[in-house]
Order: sequence, then structure tokens, then C-alpha cells
Amino acid sequence: MNKAYDIVIVGGGPAGLAAAIAARESGTQSVIILERGEQLGGILNQCIHNGFGLHTFKEELTGPEYAHRFIQKVIDMGIEYKLDTMVMDISPERAVTAMNREDGMFVIDAKAVILAMGCRERPRGALNIPGYRPAGIFSAGTAQRLVNIEGYMPGREVVILGSGDIGLIMARRMTLEGAKVKCVAELMPYSGGLKRNIVQCLDDFGIPLLLSHTVVDIEGKEHITAVTIAEVGADRRPIKGTEVRYTCDTLLLSCGLIPENELSTSAGVRLSPITNGPVVNESLETSIPGVFACGNVLHVHDLVDYVSEEAAKAGQTAARYAQGAVEKGGREIEIHAGGGARYTVPSTVCIDRMDDRLTVRFRAGDVYKDAYVSVYFDEARVMRKKKRIIAPGEMEQIILSREQMKEYPDLKTITVKIER
Amino acid sequence: MEIRELTCINCPMGCLLTVTMDGDTVTDISGYTCPRGKTYAEKEVTNPTRIVTSTVRVEGGRSERVPCKTESDIPKDKIFDVMREIDAATAQAPVVIGETLIHDVAGTGVDVIATASAI
Repeated sequence: MNKAYDIVIVGGGPAGLAAAIAARESGTQSVIILERGEQLGGILNQCIHNGFGLHTFKEELTGPEYAHRFIQKVIDMGIEYKLDTMVMDISPERAVTAMNREDGMFVIDAKAVILAMGCRERPRGALNIPGYRPAGIFSAGTAQRLVNIEGYMPGREVVILGSGDIGLIMARRMTLEGAKVKCVAELMPYSGGLKRNIVQCLDDFGIPLLLSHTVVDIEGKEHITAVTIAEVGADRRPIKGTEVRYTCDTLLLSCGLIPENELSTSAGVRLSPITNGPVVNESLETSIPGVFACGNVLHVHDLVDYVSEEAAKAGQTAARYAQGAVEKGGREIEIHAGGGARYTVPSTVCIDRMDDRLTVRFRAGDVYKDAYVSVYFDEARVMRKKKRIIAPGEMEQIILSREQMKEYPDLKTITVKIER
Repeated sequence: MEIRELTCINCPMGCLLTVTMDGDTVTDISGYTCPRGKTYAEKEVTNPTRIVTSTVRVEGGRSERVPCKTESDIPKDKIFDVMREIDAATAQAPVVIGETLIHDVAGTGVDVIATASAI
């Protein structure tokens, strides 16, 4: 099977679904979603807890319910999709090579490609935890899949390393299913998860959150039997004499998410060393013309609502590109992250191509209280917004207006800063 | 007089709220920086509720489990009673999203419904 489509979307999770719907609504008929899993919806299918959709639908949905609304729309609109289909390669000319059991290997020529592959959990191998390598150590997301999809409990006595949202959610989930969660240890002096999850998943069940703590030893040859947790200093090194041993049969790791960009890399897409996702312009277009990125493959989000919003934008701009309606050229203005902001998405903007308003998302590198988010057009400060708190675990955003940018005809660099 | 400390969950600020109670009556709330914090503290000490989400075993289909939730929030102290009934329940495939799986779970007057379809 060799085929041509206007838009090929790699991944049928929340980003891919929203991108497909928006692309179709923008007038592009020939759209196909290629999904590796056996159903659409991606990670939302195993996120059975509630709290999704507060921004989009103004109600609290569970993950599967949130996914269902988008999947139903994709089906109602007659958007094509292929399940159990693995994309093997994307060429710089946008030939997408994929395979599945029915069609074998096939190539689709796409006018535009939308990368929506999501992210992966940081594995134990990337964490430098000493000790044995027994069974019973899972990433929090793997445990989530086992419990919620397969109906299988990984263990009964649990320690969790890392306070990312999935770890917090799993602390509650395992407790509800009868396990004893002894503690959640977090290396940093602040949690990487949302406040509401700390309260509703840990405090509700009396599970201690040990900030500035890490696992320094794992015991057990066949299966994990205990871990040792120690306090860490400001240099994040364990402090001697603070070690406490916890017996357990399960260790869950919730130590960060990494955008899954193997396909992007082999296509030659330029990645940001900070987000590990593609560097994109205002249209969410990567360094390869006609290849767009959105959702967690671009940068890791905390809220799916923002994934859907961002992906819809990628769907619109990809549709415009596929229809040949994109202004070529135009002067690119750089968007820099400075003074406390770690990165921005997008990282360039072209006045000729942007909409009236452009959402720029960023994350802070530390916790700031009563600080200001400022935007500079070259040396001139054009925006200054007071925030009571800014934390690495919560994504921030500012809105750039085209009108305002036009008032600065020589504008070269826009800088987003956090100022005390 | 009883003093309870809470963390507000309405925004990332996470204000530390202090509630003073005389029996079941709230006599003072402090520590909040906006009205939402005050409302949250009041509800949390007088009538704390949660939505419970879990899964129900599926028989006669391809899926092992179907996700579910309490259709509305239930009293916080009933969470484990609700879980016991959810763990004991089974659903027959096919299950349609929104379908009632348990009526009046643990005497709360709230139904448990499927949050996805299962075949």
C-alpha cells in the first residue's frame, strides 16, 4: 500500500485527536491518524482519575471520558485512523513509513506531518540508584497500566520515588486497592506535582511526602524487599546518618517525563536541549518545513486541556500548510527565556504568519513567590504581571499581541523573564 | 476548641489554612488569600466529599476491567466502603460509557457509572 494524504498525524492520544479534528475543521479532508496502541486515546485510557477538562469543558471528567469526547468527534467526522500501527520512519521529504499486521509495511506521502507521539517516563537506568536490580521496581505509569487496564496489583507494600503527578495519583490508587504506601520521597525541596494531587492523593490518606529525600539503596535479589531512603543536602547529595530503611515489595518511580522524539530525530528535526522536544515557530512547525509538533512530544504538559488547545493550533497551521496557504519567508523574531524561565514554546515568531494573538508557554526553573512575569521587546519592557507563586510543576503562559509587536518595527528578540 | 490545618487546592499557591472549630461549628478561618480558600476550608471541615474513581471487573468480553466513578461526590469517610463494593462488583460485556454499574453504592444514594465502554 502506497498512498498520499494531506496530513499524517503520528499518535492518536489527546494531541493527535485534537490536531486531527482541527485540521478537518480547517478544511483539509485527507487526514489520517496512525496509532501504535490498540485503541485511540493514548495515555488517557489508563488515567481513570478525575480532574480532566476543567478548562475545556468546565467540568471534571476522568481520562477515558475526556478521550471519549474527542474520539467520538473523530469518528463522527469520518476521520481515518489506523490502530496497532507503528510508524518506523519519517523522511525530511515527509514520506511516512509505517507497519501493521494487516497492511505490512507501507509508505504514505504527506503534504504535512503532525508529530503527536507523547512522552515517556524516565526509567531507573537514568536515575543512578545504587543497589540490586530485582523485580518489583516499576515506573508509576507502568503500575498505572497494570492496575487500571490489566486489573493486576504489582504489590502490597509500596514506596514511591519522585513526586510527579503520576506517582501521586498511584499512591492514592494503590491505597484504594488495599496496598500500604509507606512514603513518597522527592529529591527536590519542592514537589513536581500539582498541589491538588498532594492534598487529595497523599494528605487524604496520611501518606508522608519526604521532600529533599532520595533512595540510596535497594535490597532484594529476586524481588525487592526493602529500600533505604536518606535526606539530601542543598547539593542534592545524601546526608550520612539520615538513612531510614523501609521494607517493601514494590518501588514506583515517578521521576519525570521525556518527550519521545526518536522519529523526530531520525527525520532531522532540531530538538531543544531543555525540553527534549522540537524547536518550533509560532505555527508549531519544526525545523523541517511541513512537520509540526504538539502535545507532550513538544514539551511535557501538566494539563491535558492545554495539550488539546496546542494540538488544535498545530492542526490548523498544518492544514494551512497542506493547502499551500502559508506565506513564505517573513522576518523571524526570536523568543528567549531568561531570568528564571527555563524555555519558551514557541521559540520564534513571524509577524506575517502569526494570528492576532500568540500563546507562549514556559516553565520556571525554581519556586518564586510574589514575583513578576515580564516580557521585553529587545530592551523595552512591554508587559509585567505579578504572580503570587510560580513553580516548576505548573506551566505558565503569556499572550503576545500582533498589534503590539507591530509598534516595534525593528524588533529582534522577545524575552520572557521572571523577576523578583 | 479544635484547630485544623489545611492546604487549599484551588490554585498553585497552596495557602495554609487554619480553621478553628467549636464542636461542629466553624468559629474562625485564617490563612486564605482569596474567597475561594475560605469556601474550601469551610466545606472541607464540615462536609468533605470526594469523587471515587476505580475499575470494575468485566466478564464475557475482551477487556479485563472497565473504569468507573461515583456519579457525584460522596462523603470522604465513605471512600473505603465504596471501594469494597466496587471491588466486589462485576460487569457483563459489552459495557457502554455512562452505564450504571452499581446502584446506591454503600448507601450513599450515589450510583457508580462506567467511564468508558468495554467490549
